[in-house]
Amino acid sequence: MNLTDPLAENPASPGAPVFHVHGVSKVYHMGEVAVHALRGIDLDLYAGELVVLLGASGSGKSTLLNILGGLDVPSSGEVFYLDHALTAASEEELTRFRREHVGFVFQFYNLIPSLTALENVALVTEIAPRAMPPAEALELVGLRERRNHFPSQLSGGEQQRVAIARAVAKRPDVLLCDEPTGALDYATGRIVLEVLARVNRELGTTTALITHNAAIAGMADRVIQMSSGRIVTTARNTRRLTPADLSW
Amino acid sequence: MLLRDLWHQRGQLLAAALVVACGIASFVSMRLTYESLLAARDSYYRVHRFADVFVHLKRAPDVMAQRLREIPGVAEVHTRVVMGVTLDVPGLAEPATGRLVSVPDRRQAMLNDLFLRRGRYIEPGSTEEVIASEAFAAANRLDVGDRVGAVINGRWKSLRIVGIALSPEFIFEVGPGALFPDNRRFGVLWMGHQALASAFDMDGAFNDAVFGLAAGAVVPDVLSRIDLVLERYGGLAAYGRDDHVSHRFITDEIAQNRISSTWIPGIFLGVAMFLLHLVLSRLVSLQRTQIGLLKAFGYGRGPVSLHYLQLAGATVSLGVVLGTGAGLYLGEGLTALYLDYYRFPALPLVFSPEVVGAGVGLSLVAAGLGAAGAVARAFELPPAEAMRPERPSSFHPGVLERTRLRRLLPPAGRMILRSIARRGWKSVLSALGIACAVGLLVLGGFFMDTLDYMLRVQFQDVQRDNVTVYFNQPGSAAVQHDVRHLPGVLHAEPFRTVPARLRFEHRSRRTEVTGLDAGGDLYQLLDRRLRRVGLPADGLLLSRKLADVLQVGAGDRVTVEVLEGERLVRSLEVAGVVDDLVGIFAYMDRAALNRLLREDSVASGARLRIDVRQSAQLYDTLKHMPAVAGSIFQEAALDSFEQILDRSLRVSTLINVVFACVIAFGVVYNGARVALSERGNELASLRVLGFTRREVAAMLLGEQVVLMLLAIPCGFTLGTWVSWFLSIQLDTEMYRVPLVLTPASFAFSALVVIAAALVSGIIVASRINRLDLIAVLKTRE
Repeated sequence: MNLTDPLAENPASPGAPVFHVHGVSKVYHMGEVAVHALRGIDLDLYAGELVVLLGASGSGKSTLLNILGGLDVPSSGEVFYLDHALTAASEEELTRFRREHVGFVFQFYNLIPSLTALENVALVTEIAPRAMPPAEALELVGLRERRNHFPSQLSGGEQQRVAIARAVAKRPDVLLCDEPTGALDYATGRIVLEVLARVNRELGTTTALITHNAAIAGMADRVIQMSSGRIVTTARNTRRLTPADLSW
Repeated sequence: MLLRDLWHQRGQLLAAALVVACGIASFVSMRLTYESLLAARDSYYRVHRFADVFVHLKRAPDVMAQRLREIPGVAEVHTRVVMGVTLDVPGLAEPATGRLVSVPDRRQAMLNDLFLRRGRYIEPGSTEEVIASEAFAAANRLDVGDRVGAVINGRWKSLRIVGIALSPEFIFEVGPGALFPDNRRFGVLWMGHQALASAFDMDGAFNDAVFGLAAGAVVPDVLSRIDLVLERYGGLAAYGRDDHVSHRFITDEIAQNRISSTWIPGIFLGVAMFLLHLVLSRLVSLQRTQIGLLKAFGYGRGPVSLHYLQLAGATVSLGVVLGTGAGLYLGEGLTALYLDYYRFPALPLVFSPEVVGAGVGLSLVAAGLGAAGAVARAFELPPAEAMRPERPSSFHPGVLERTRLRRLLPPAGRMILRSIARRGWKSVLSALGIACAVGLLVLGGFFMDTLDYMLRVQFQDVQRDNVTVYFNQPGSAAVQHDVRHLPGVLHAEPFRTVPARLRFEHRSRRTEVTGLDAGGDLYQLLDRRLRRVGLPADGLLLSRKLADVLQVGAGDRVTVEVLEGERLVRSLEVAGVVDDLVGIFAYMDRAALNRLLREDSVASGARLRIDVRQSAQLYDTLKHMPAVAGSIFQEAALDSFEQILDRSLRVSTLINVVFACVIAFGVVYNGARVALSERGNELASLRVLGFTRREVAAMLLGEQVVLMLLAIPCGFTLGTWVSWFLSIQLDTEMYRVPLVLTPASFAFSALVVIAAALVSGIIVASRINRLDLIAVLKTRE
């Protein structure tokens, strides 16, 4: 609680938070063993900011992201998206929440193999209320020329960029990225990060990015360090680096 | 590991096992029924000495029997008196038609020997004792000790039933002029020879003979020699077993059983093979790592491959056990159904280990072939390759990209079509499986529709009378007048039939020439489109089948050899053909026929339209009318036939529906489960992206829906083809079976299959709820 307090006073974090997480714990029961994935998390995410969640595997960052994305529910505590309590939402409401407000970028892209790049984007824009044209989204990630290629004809980095285009095309309020560069080499990973930074900058999409790669933290507004289900530190970067300046 | 895999794949393997079970059940039940019928018929024929040749004549002195015995090839002759009479059966409003057949006064071995079910043989010299056929007795609830009245040679007589029996001659007991058995109104009664001969003034004479042939006898030679001997005694052409009605029916039935016991199980085993292939191929893909690990640990290719063979074997074994049990049960039921139509002393289901063995063998072969692809892949997979995840499915621009269809389809639609295209022949086989299910149902519909059509045409359009009466002797104008004035008769149309042989070039057929009154209404000759065909003033109209057999057409002249009376031989012109459904006949104007036969205006019988309110009086009068040898009551006969028919049709429809559902369910369920397994990650991703369960289910099942939409018309076509093929196969001189399929049958076929698919779809779709949305974020396909 204390750790996040100073951030509320930060002038770069305007008004009410997009996400308000309060006292969230998550316990998994594996047989007779109880695994505490999250222990009393308090966190606010603000409109337009880019947050990096850092931590080793098992630190609870993915669980937290899943809860924010409406894929999982906490064992205790509350999660608010604006004034909607996600913790009280039904399965159908969570689906609608994901559909209308959240963009996901997966570690392994998870594109539909039977659809071309453009169609993968269009699949999502068709069900979103205020989506941008799919071609525009591909333009945004620099893949205009590759739009009629199938995933199997694209490199890993290209696939991830299509996945980002798919995630942002519906103009989500929040973009949740789970290890988006985890499966990519350095150069490709950097291109992907540049795309994410650009989306955040140009569309103002609140972005939460999970990584175990501390070097990436430099591009964030805020860096949240997690360990053993707790938030250990929260730090604000005084200056956001561009992905080109990052190295690992 | 085997048990674990069996458990994990239980749904899909069970579906495959059920298809195998249906295959085995149909194979075992039909094949055993076939063997049982064949065994029952053959042993019945052997033990009760079914004759080889039959002949009916007007009257010959007993001494002629010796002449018949001397014919080369004839081993045995049994002469007898056979008479048609009108019967008055207690509890039956209409008069029944009885066939009185004489038997030796003392029981002795004879051709067409009786199997006495109950009671006893007649006392020698008794003039009132008869033995009744079982079918007739059962239908009328008659038993030993009961009496029936009969008009015997113009005299009323009460006959006492002393025994109930069966004869190999009447396994299928159908009356003269009738199209199907009506056991209430037609029956055979066996009576002592002496009594029957005296009653009909046939002492020292006979009017019917049956023959046993020596081994190696040439049937056509024997037939023509018999005809030669009996010509002056009013002999109608002798005929062999092939033209014997009862034998013909039972033999055709047995042949049909043999045919269907081959191709129906074939469909099932084919589908089972495909399903096993689907399940096992997917399993090998999922278990690549395991396979690699096992091989890396030093397990040979053999044990690894054996594992998958065992899975297939276990599945098929379950199918075999279920199928054999169901087959035996169905076989019992089928043979019981046959007893409705065919009378045997006993028709036990022959349990033939060979048949069950063959069923098991065939299933194992199907299992082996179904598993072969998957097993080969497991066998050949190098350990290192196996431990890498399988390459993601790759898609390339295909047909869809080159057509306009792409623009019309939303991405979800494109996903479905591309997925179908990528699965290539598997999609084709899936559709084919569903098409088979649809086709099976269409075929069932064909039998019902065609039968309906035939009955409707025959009893509404062709035979438009209520009652047909047959006279003992060709009736003079006076008799015709009497019939016209019977109580309740609104309209009567006499007809003349005479047995004749028609000859054209070297081809000939024994048939009947029927003389109808021009302008008559109660019996209509129709063409293929059911339009009435008028009788020519001169010349013949032939059944199309008869014209085909003789290879004649309008304008040809055929030789007509009358087999009665003066045995006149005349040449007549064929004026045209008619499309009748039953038998092969020649029709002409009655007056012309009378002229041809050099007789007055006589008739063999009359068709009556009656006032049903007065039917009771009419029936009573007919029961005692000496001139009448028998009557057929169209509606009553039709009703009783439909009752029997109903039972067997209900059973066969039920079996058909179950079989089709099992196939459709199996194919759709397995197809969807494999798709779910292959595309689980993709579908879970879509759920994460905010697609609802319903939308995701639609994407998963859309493939099956499209296949189904493709398969249904294919099934319609397939079913229609097979129906058409069968209608040609069933097209005989006895019956013509037109191809009739109503829209209702197509709709029913489609709906049943859609319902089965829907159920399997819902079951698979419920698994979408269990998709792990979190794992998908972290796992690689």
